[in-house]
Amino acid sequence: MPKRTWEDFKTGDVAVYGPRVITREEIVAFSAEFDLQPMHMDEAAASATLLGGLAASGWHGCALMMRMIADGFLLDSTSMGSPGIEEVRWLRPLRPGTQLRLRVTVLDSRASKSRPDMGLTRMHYELIDAADTVITSMTSTMMFGRRQPGAAA
Amino acid sequence: MSFFEDIVVGESVLVGRHTFSAEDIKAFARRFDPQLFHLDESAAAASHFGALCASGWHTAVTWMRLMVDYQRRSNEAALARGERVGHVGPSTGFRDLKWLKPVYVGDTIDYRTEVTETRASNSRPGYGLMTLLATGTNQKGELVISFVSTSFVERRGKAS
Repeated sequence: MPKRTWEDFKTGDVAVYGPRVITREEIVAFSAEFDLQPMHMDEAAASATLLGGLAASGWHGCALMMRMIADGFLLDSTSMGSPGIEEVRWLRPLRPGTQLRLRVTVLDSRASKSRPDMGLTRMHYELIDAADTVITSMTSTMMFGRRQPGAAA
Repeated sequence: MSFFEDIVVGESVLVGRHTFSAEDIKAFARRFDPQLFHLDESAAAASHFGALCASGWHTAVTWMRLMVDYQRRSNEAALARGERVGHVGPSTGFRDLKWLKPVYVGDTIDYRTEVTETRASNSRPGYGLMTLLATGTNQKGELVISFVSTSFVERRGKAS
């Protein structure tokens, strides 16, 4: 099956990927490497913070979203990376044992003005738990290669 | 970090510096962003990036690591002076993150933050909200990443 290209992501498309469970061990290991704050490392220390108990670094949630995006559709696409993120909102603590799914909505799509071989796809991502509660949301643009470079948008 | 009341808008600090190795770039990519241009030199050379480069998330979380280390050093210095230190975090998120240039193997990034705004928190009266502009600049002076981050910071009155 050919790779998914820019043309395959249509405004309004919704897809859900996962599930994936985040473990306490993963949370502590990520925090030990990248975000050594007690609220992400230790239950007792975390209970005294605004998080009210051990929770993953928000960046860990982002990294997991990236992995679920990669496994969900990006590795089988003509991805050319991303110029950036409009917004990430850490809405709720990401607790050990949570079963995560990723809901992806295509917001809009446009051809690149500067690169005829590329299109830009703006997407909204929601990291959701088993009860469909949104834990982290993200809006960003992805760059994809086009099936027909230079064709009119 | 001192307390919310001590934050000076406009204050800018160099929080740390990091050099990205091929091993680090690939190890992060294998776990979180296994796109070939972050994993494999020859595939990256054939891509529009032209050479192996770090996942943008790797560039971003390295800021977090250096920021935490910077805050810990500041806190230890304050405690050594006999001062109390306030609690920072959690963050509510970030916006306007731009990956402006790829970070290639061997690039050294200086990470800086500047306080751009402080405001009261309606939901957490013991805390205020601090907004930072975080940036990373490579050894050629090129901006490679920037984003705007907002975090809760403890007020002085809370713990007394």
